[in-house]
Formats: sequence, C-alpha cells, structure tokens
Amino acid sequence: MAVILGLIVQGGQMFLVLALAPLLLGLTRKVKAQLLRRRGPALVQPYRDLARLLRKEVVLAQNASWLFRVAPYLIFAATWVAAALVPTFGTGLEFSWSADLIAITALLGSARFFLALVGMDVGTSFGGIGASREVMFASLAEPAMIMIVFTVALLAGSTQLSTVAAFMVAHVSLRVSLGLALVGLIIVALAENSRIPVDNPATHLELTMVHEAMVLEYSGRHLAVIELAAALKLLLYLSMVACIFVPWGLAPEGAGPRTLTVGVLAYFAKLAVGGVLLVFFETSIAKMRVFRVPDFLGAALMLGFLGTLLLFVSGSF
Amino acid sequence: MLTVAALVGVAVLLGVGVFGVIASRMEEASRLVYGCSLVVCLALLAVAAAGLTAGGGTEINLPLGLPLVGAHFRIDPLSAFFLAVVDLGGAAASLYALGYGEHEATPWRVLPFFPAFLAGMNLTVLAADAFSFLLAWEFMSLSSWALVNTRHQDAENTRAGYIYLVMASFGTLSLLLAFGLLAGPTGGYAFQVIREATHPAWMPGLVLVLALVGAGSKAGLVPLHVWLPLAHPAAPSHVSALMSGVMTKVAVYGFIRIVFDLLGPPAWWWSILVLVLAGVTAVMGVLYALMQHDLKRLLAYHTVENIGIIFIGLGLSLAFRAHGMAAAAALALTAGLFHVFNHSLFKSLLFFGAGAVQTATGERDMEHLGGLIHRMPQTAFAFLVGCVAISALPPLNGFVSEWLTFQAILLSPQLPSWVLKFIVPVVGALLALSASLAAACFVKAFGVTFLGRARTPAAERASETDPWSRATMFGFAGLCFLAGILPGFVIDGIGPATQQLVGEPMPVQAGTPWLSIVPVAASRSSYNGLLVFVFIAVSALFAARFIHRFGSHALRRGPPWDCGFPDPSPATQYTASSFAQPIRRVFGPAAFRARERLDMPPPGDMRPARLSIELTDRAWHGIYAPVTHAVETTALKLNRFQFLTIRQYLSVVFVALVGLLVVVAIWQ
Repeated sequence: MAVILGLIVQGGQMFLVLALAPLLLGLTRKVKAQLLRRRGPALVQPYRDLARLLRKEVVLAQNASWLFRVAPYLIFAATWVAAALVPTFGTGLEFSWSADLIAITALLGSARFFLALVGMDVGTSFGGIGASREVMFASLAEPAMIMIVFTVALLAGSTQLSTVAAFMVAHVSLRVSLGLALVGLIIVALAENSRIPVDNPATHLELTMVHEAMVLEYSGRHLAVIELAAALKLLLYLSMVACIFVPWGLAPEGAGPRTLTVGVLAYFAKLAVGGVLLVFFETSIAKMRVFRVPDFLGAALMLGFLGTLLLFVSGSF
Repeated sequence: MLTVAALVGVAVLLGVGVFGVIASRMEEASRLVYGCSLVVCLALLAVAAAGLTAGGGTEINLPLGLPLVGAHFRIDPLSAFFLAVVDLGGAAASLYALGYGEHEATPWRVLPFFPAFLAGMNLTVLAADAFSFLLAWEFMSLSSWALVNTRHQDAENTRAGYIYLVMASFGTLSLLLAFGLLAGPTGGYAFQVIREATHPAWMPGLVLVLALVGAGSKAGLVPLHVWLPLAHPAAPSHVSALMSGVMTKVAVYGFIRIVFDLLGPPAWWWSILVLVLAGVTAVMGVLYALMQHDLKRLLAYHTVENIGIIFIGLGLSLAFRAHGMAAAAALALTAGLFHVFNHSLFKSLLFFGAGAVQTATGERDMEHLGGLIHRMPQTAFAFLVGCVAISALPPLNGFVSEWLTFQAILLSPQLPSWVLKFIVPVVGALLALSASLAAACFVKAFGVTFLGRARTPAAERASETDPWSRATMFGFAGLCFLAGILPGFVIDGIGPATQQLVGEPMPVQAGTPWLSIVPVAASRSSYNGLLVFVFIAVSALFAARFIHRFGSHALRRGPPWDCGFPDPSPATQYTASSFAQPIRRVFGPAAFRARERLDMPPPGDMRPARLSIELTDRAWHGIYAPVTHAVETTALKLNRFQFLTIRQYLSVVFVALVGLLVVVAIWQ
C-alpha cells in the first residue's frame, strides 16, 4: 500500500511539474509586463506557444546531424528527471534515493552539455558564441552549486533532498551558512536559467544572446521540447529553493490526502511568490556585460565555499 | 599458481616482442604480433580476475636479478586490480591495432616494442621486491620511449622523446632512493621484508616525498607533468592510449604500493602534501587542456587532470587512515581506484577515436577538422560516449567515481586536524571546478572536431574507420556505460584491494535494493545509475512518442537560419581557440599569465591586423627553464676542460691527487 501511495506521489509530482512549468513562465512574463506598464500576454500563452510549435513542421539546417535531432529529447528528459526528483509538495518521493543533490546538479550538467553541443552542430557563428559563453558561465556556476550542496549537506548530514527537507522542517533556525547558501543559490539559479542580469530570456539582439543563440537553429517540435525543458529548469530551481529554505507545508512521507492537499496548495503559493520576486528582481536591475558575469558567479562560488568552510570549522554556524 | 600463470604470460609477451624484431618486415607480422598480444592480454585479464576473487596467489622467487635476493613476484588483491586495468587496456589496444596498425608506415619501429611495453607494465605490477620492480619500471619507461620515437623524423617528436627520457630517469632515480631508504643498510629488498622492518622516525616522510616525485612524474602530477603532453601524443594512437590510459595507472600503483603498503601507518601531514598537489593538478590539467587545439594533446593534458582526481581520492584516504577512520578511508580509496578503472576506459576510448580521426583525415589539429559526425558516424558516437563519461555526467561511469570522491569529502569535517579542515573544502572546490571545466573542454573537443562544417578538404573526404577499431571503441563505450549504470559490481570488485590496504572494504553493494550504491547509509546518500538511465530513456522515448503521435512529424531541410545571414564559408564557424576564449579571459591571467596583444595597423597601412595570444607555462618557466639553463651554463664552462694541452691535463691530475690526499688526511 505504502509503495503504491509512494508511486502515486512520485508519478503525480512528475506530471505536476510538467504541467506547471509553462504556467510559471506565463506568470513571470505577465507580472513583468505589468511592472513595465504593459498589459502582457495571457497566463496560458506559453501553453498556446508550445501547442502551436508542436503542430508546426521542423525546418532543419541542411548539415544538421542526428545529434541535432536527438538532443532535444535528451535535454528534456534529463531536465524532467531532475525536476521530478526535487520534492515539491511532499518528501515521500518513491525514487528520491536514486539521485541525490549532487546527481541532480550533474543531470542538469548533462542537459547543458548536449545543449552546448547542438549549438555547435550546424556550424554557425551564433551557435558557437552561445555555446562558448554558456560553458564559461557553467564552469563557475556548477562548482558554486556543488559548494552550496556541500553547505546544505554538511548541515543536514545528507545529500538526499528528502532528508534535507525533513531536517530543515525539524530544525528551523537562522544560520550564517544557510544565509550564504541561499544568496549563492539564487545567483546560480539566475545564471542557470538565463535570467537578467546574466542573460536575457526575451532578447534577440544577436551579440547579447547566450541561451537563445544556442537554440537559434531549432524550430517546430524540437524548439517546443527545448522551451519546455527551459521552463522545467526554472521550476526546478524555484522548487529547490522552496524545498531547502522554505520547507513548511511539505507533506511528510506516507501522509494522507489532507496533508497532501495542503502540501500542493503551499507549493503553489511558494511558486507564485518565488516567480513574482524573481520578476521584481529582474526589472529592478540591468543586464551585465558578459565579462562581468564571472565576477557575479565567482561571488556565488565564494559564498558557497565560505558556507562550507564555516561548517568544516564548526557545525554550529 | 596464479603468479606462475601471469609470469608465463609476461614471458610470452616478451617472446612476441622478440618475434616482432625478427619478423617485423614480414607481410603479416603486424596481425600476428597484435593478435598474440590480444590473446595473452585476455589470458592475463582472466588471471587478474581470478586473483581478485581468490584474494591473491603465492609468492614465487626466481633465481634472477640480485644474487642472494632473487626476483620475487606475487599477485595480491592490489596488484590483481591493477593487472586487470593494465590487461584490459592492453587487450583493447591490441584489438584496435589489428586494424589501426595496418596504416603504420614503419611497423618495424612499433612491433618489437609494443609487446615489450605491455610486458614491462605487467611485470611492474607483479614485482614483489624493489629490484625487480625498478627493473620492470625502467623497462616500461624505455620501451615506451622507443615507441614515442616511432616518428622520429619530426623534430618535435624527438624533443618529446628526449624530455620524456630525462623525466623518466629522474623519476626512477627518486624511486631508487625511496627503495634504498626502505631497504635500509641491511638490503632487505623483498617487499615482505620491507613491510616487517622498523624505520627511524624521520624516514617515512622522506620516502613519501620521493615516492610522490618518482611515481608522480610518471603519472603526471603538476609540476612534474611537462613531458606528458609532449610524449603521449607523439606515439601512434594505440600506444598513446596505453600510455595515457594504462601507464599512468601503473605509476599510481607504484605510489599506492610504496605509500599505502610498504610504508606503514601514515603521518597526518602526508595527506596535506598529496591533496594540495592533487587539487592543483586537477585544475591546471584541465585548464591546459582547454587551451589546446591539437586533439591528442588535449587528451593528454586531460590525463593530468584525471590523475589529480585520482590523487585527491588517495590523499583523502591517507588523511582518514592517519586518523583511524577506516570506513571513510575505504570510501576515499575506492573512489580513487574506481577513477583509475574509469579513466583507463574512457581515456583509451578517446585516444582510439583520435587515432581513427587521424587515420581518416591525416590531421590532429582540431582547427582543420569539423563535421566528421557525417563522415564517421560510428566513431563520432563512440567518441561522444567517451566525452560524456570523462565529463563526469550521469548516467555514465565518470560521474560515479567523482560522486564517491564528493561523498568522501563530505565525511571529512570529522577529521580532527585543523589544517585538513581548511584544505579539504578547498580541494572539494577545486574538484568541482575541474569537473565543470572538463565538461567545457569536451564540448569543445567534440564540437569542433565532429560537429559543424568541415574546415578543410581532408575533413570533407574522411571516411569511417576499419571494423577492428570500431569494435574496440564500441566495446569500451559499452564498458563505460555498464560501469556507470552498475557501479556496485565495480565497487565490490575493488573491495579486496581496499581491504588489503586500509583494513576494511566499502560496504558490499551487490545486495542493496535496485542495485543502488550506498557508500555510508541510505539516509545519507545513495545513487542509482541504472534507474537514472531508465528514467531518462523512458522520459525521452515517451516525449518522442507523444509528440510524434499528437504533434507534427513533418520535417523539411533548408539552409541554416543564422539570424538571416548564413555565411557559406566554414571559416566563419567558431574555432577551438575562439571557443576557449571566454574561459581564457576568466582563468588565463591567473593560470598562465595570459596576454592578448592586438596589432592594429593605422588607417592607410595595408598590412593585416593581428591578434596574438601569449600563454606562459608557469611550471616550465619557474622550474625547468632555470634548471636547464644552469645545466647548460655549467656544461659550457666545463667544456673548456676538453681542450687543454697535455701539460695542463697533467697538472689538473696532480692537483686533483693532492686535493684528494688532503681530504683523506683531514678525514683521518
């Protein structure tokens, strides 16, 4: 019975994140437009975009290889699996032990690896510029993420997100190391999701694009899958911040339907607040020059490192 | 019995080497030599597997070598593990060479030395006394030196061979001194005698430093790595694969044998030395690799990085062992040994791929390649698997060993030493940095070589490589995959070796549900490569099926979009150096004192503008250049003694005699 319930929770979460991801994107776009005194597209616009892209034919560059056609599905799958393993409304995920926080980070790394590769596949200069900048950002963002994971893991005594979330609920306290990790994680999340100030998701000005430059040659269903993966990644990072730093309302393992409902509602609220805060932050600052980004990400790396170091020195920080 | 079988195998390999000398100009010599090497390596692999399961064989003593000492050989679990690594790599290189060797222009320069090289590596691992170990070690060095010099017409290769020879002699000298200290004045050269001997307190530290220098120079620890990126690419590709994938592991074996086995319990500060060197090696290796545009040299620099990762595991294990944390020491050592196994797999695979590219196009320079995924789809696939594996991405094997290393780092706050408390997080950060830079580096290696458009006619005319090479590459790609999704079996395989060295193996993984790996406790951390792979595969298939069922599956080929202005010239693509430019801007100034110089002619001047990049190899300029300079100046000054008259020579002899007599008189 418990196994079946666990499977239901796991499966429910898997499709919940998939269904919610475009809505979160729609929310951020809507709020951003409102803040800029525009009316903005409808909340469900990303769903419409995806549906339309799915129905369109794919226009493939003449010299695109098989990798170019396979990679979108791999990128999507790796991101989806990672997103499905981050506790959202409840910690009792049936398969949360199959990949811990380090593995989730690395799964996102796999997705990025293939994204950067397909950027170079057609052999255009934009693809190359996007890929080379993306790996430069990642070369700092990934170690920063690992150091943040270390900080959290040293505190909770585990790299399993479920255990971490349970620990955070049980031992709520203000800690220096957690504060450092939170700031670091937000910086990493901004960079990983190509948000302002690192990259601009709405730009099509050639020389400032990073993520958009890599996927420039994609169209139709391939583009739809990649866009969905990007939306999932944003959702994943918000869920991760929520699960580690605001774990209240998370349904514990083997909870009844009532607690689960509370968990789901709390999750919706957290996502909405997170999305709105993200947009407020984005609209209040300007995009950075590309070669200022390493300083920004270096700060995240240092924060994560400092958090880890403090915990190595004493567990009470 | 096992030891005898292994020695017979080595003897057969030596025989094949002699046959290679005699028959190397025969038509079928190449096939015969590589075929025999393949069979012998497979047999030795079986011996190694038996040795791992049986817990080792008996020691045998042959009446060779030093009088009264003899030559001792023994398979214990540690040597059995490394024997397996050596012979798996050796078998693959032989299989690959069955096809690749056909293209060799001068087979008589390769055929005698290839089996000899294999024999040398096997013998090093089997040796159970200092004398035979050093002899086998030197035999391995010299035979590989001969292979590096295969294409000696190229001045660069001769220089690489020369530097290799100097560094190898220097390394052997250090090992000689280390063993000399270990054997002591009584001359107990057998490992068993060394183990039982008691050493004065000052000695083990000195031996550690000597072993680190001796084995580290062979393995490629920064700053002793300078020969490696020159020598490994200079050899034919199957030999490069052996040197990078296997010989560096024999060096790691040498270090483990001396430091973990012969030297007794470690002091607390040993691990600091090892960890600092290892962390620097990991990051510097990958940064160097990123700056390369020669495919094989990039791979060779990457070996330096991976050696750093292996030594991080070993250093952590030393730290835990010095503080009596046997379980954690077993975890760290397992991580290191697992990475030894993994690196031998994917580095060999990548060198095989580079060799296939070189045969197909005649090029090693990535700036002259591109678009090979269309001409060599199978090689491209195998190479891609190797790239994903070496970049430590799940679900392949490179990730598992790095994950284990991270788990070991997370156990280290319990270490009581304050210095270690500060150093271990730094090493963790360096490891994370090197992992992400490795991914960047292999996006570049694969992207520039195989993706995009062909940059030269040679790349455009390339054709798929021969079936032997493809079979080898696919075999190793499959092994990378299997070791990634079923890591528990590899960990259990390493178990006897860790048991022997730190007194405890990692918990047995075979019985864990769903074949997960659980290093310490399930609540603490677990990873299941199999499930992650199944999830990814199912989700990807599900997405593809769903879209093709409900969405469109129409597809049209057209010119690339490129924001509306596609340029037909392949020269407008990103090159290897332009790809690395952002990373060079970020890390270059600190790591290589990188400087970009722009030479912009004034308006009206007709000469082209030039951008030149200056990278300084700090190790070379800081250490090697002064030493070479000092040696050269001394040699020049001493050169004067060659051109004296007979009277001057006589007076020199007289002065020397008087001087010596004075010394003796004072001594008395």
